[in-house]
Amino acid sequence: MANIFAFAESRGPDVRKVGLEAVTAARMLADKSGGGEVHALLLGPPGISGKANQLAQYGADVVIVVEHDGLANYSPEVATATAAERIKSGGYRAAIFSTSAQGRDLAPRVAARLGVSVVTDVLSFEIEGDTVVVRHPMNIGKVIATLAISATPAVLAMRPNVISPAQNAKAGRVENAQPALDPATARVRVIETRKGSGGKLDLAEAPVVIAGGRGLKAAENFKLVEDLASAFGNAAVGATRAVTDDGWRPHSDQIGQTGRLVSPELYIAVGISGAVQHLAGMRTSKTIVAVNKDKDAPIFKVADYGIVGDVFEVIPALTEAVREAKKHH
Amino acid sequence: MEIPAVKIAVCVKRVPDMDVRFRIAADSLSLDEAGLKFDINDFDAWAVEAALQLREKNAGSEVTVISLGPDVVQETIRKALSMGADRGIQLKTDKIPFDGLAIANALAEELKGGSYDLIFFGKMSPDSSNGVVGPMTAEILGLPCVTAISTLEIANGKGTAKRELEGAQEIVEFPLPAVLTVDEGLNTARYPSLKGIMAAKKKPLQTKPALLPEPQVTVRKLELPPERKAGRIIGEGASAVAELVTLLQTEAKVL
Repeated sequence: MANIFAFAESRGPDVRKVGLEAVTAARMLADKSGGGEVHALLLGPPGISGKANQLAQYGADVVIVVEHDGLANYSPEVATATAAERIKSGGYRAAIFSTSAQGRDLAPRVAARLGVSVVTDVLSFEIEGDTVVVRHPMNIGKVIATLAISATPAVLAMRPNVISPAQNAKAGRVENAQPALDPATARVRVIETRKGSGGKLDLAEAPVVIAGGRGLKAAENFKLVEDLASAFGNAAVGATRAVTDDGWRPHSDQIGQTGRLVSPELYIAVGISGAVQHLAGMRTSKTIVAVNKDKDAPIFKVADYGIVGDVFEVIPALTEAVREAKKHH
Repeated sequence: MEIPAVKIAVCVKRVPDMDVRFRIAADSLSLDEAGLKFDINDFDAWAVEAALQLREKNAGSEVTVISLGPDVVQETIRKALSMGADRGIQLKTDKIPFDGLAIANALAEELKGGSYDLIFFGKMSPDSSNGVVGPMTAEILGLPCVTAISTLEIANGKGTAKRELEGAQEIVEFPLPAVLTVDEGLNTARYPSLKGIMAAKKKPLQTKPALLPEPQVTVRKLELPPERKAGRIIGEGASAVAELVTLLQTEAKVL
């Protein structure tokens, strides 16, 4: 039996879905260890304490709430100091983070502060005596490593979308705490968090991803992809590297080896040939659909359902059909 | 704008080209390297480029390239030298461990005495795909750190960078000295010129033992993921849409 720490990632006043996933993962690990407690750390601006109950719903026995005016934006140094101090004093068997932009920044800092290693992009985990054994994708997902972590605490950053947040209500006793470092004295400061265009669903979190490639021929034709995404209602829009390199879409939309990794329920590739660099970012999607005019395009090798055809005919027809299907649901 | 000379280190890794079908070695703990092509990690090449651009703006600046690994990493260091870096350091070890903390400790040991104003890393390497060495090294050195930057401005001993988040961006300010890890979009790495390649052969490249502590993470097994079942083409043109929608509803159950 061991207690497990979870970092409940927030942005501004909200807990992010990956934060709930971290709490869910910590709950699973605590239960695997024979039923220890989950202690979730939640940092944010005044008012974030209102979200503590949400973490209890997902299995936190204790929610440590750190509210501060200086935490409206992510503060890497305050989060590092506060998480590291709590993990050290709490004597946890493991500490769970997310492999999000924030988690990728924070987890290695916290681990190094504690003098222990860290594994990111964790797919699954087991406790085997003194060792925590995890699976981790390497070589752009073409190789899966089983890794043994001998350190205590074992610091893991879960890959987003691997564990669905699961309701498993616990007491969620709130402990209010102070940041371990005054945000005003932090050296590295996030002075602004700019919202992306339009408040769309994020690529890593959306159950459906529609991605466009060069086959769309011009930036303005991404409207076809946007329309299909809005017909689904739960879809995010991505792009290939060729498209982001040409400036049709921002770099942050790039799915692939050097861009975002996604594994949605449904991935629709629109006018994408399927270069290795792109496949690296989406090959773990559950269902893949491809529409491309070239029947020999490599994307069809990984697509569960392929349609050979002109995207300018097929996609509007698909958009209409999806709209109809959603209506009757 | 004139800014004083800066001393810059860039940590780089030699990685295999990913455009292949990997094979697991007989020990099931490593990759069969036969036939693999190796080059500098893309993110690290952008880190080298960022350092070179800063040096070009600041007369008297110096760029040192550091790589941990067996003697073959000297090729990777020479590549960075041929792009224009000034000198190289190999931290020699027969095998690069998976453990990012062990690597960070060995790099920090070398970096700590170097009085660098800026230390660059790529944000991750595609082979181990862990992306932790930069921020861990910063933490060990006690230096400010900004990860995964896609823009960078340095002026008056201070820096401003942009980080891409999921559906948002952060604008980050930091003092120098600092550790930065580089994301795609910061720049386009230059190709080495013939002159650069010739010059690189004469640039200093020092080899020292890598002081690696005992790893806390070890590879127990490598395996290939299950193959996706072969793709299938269900039809041509807009007339195939009805069939697709039916399959998405009844077979894949995603609509």
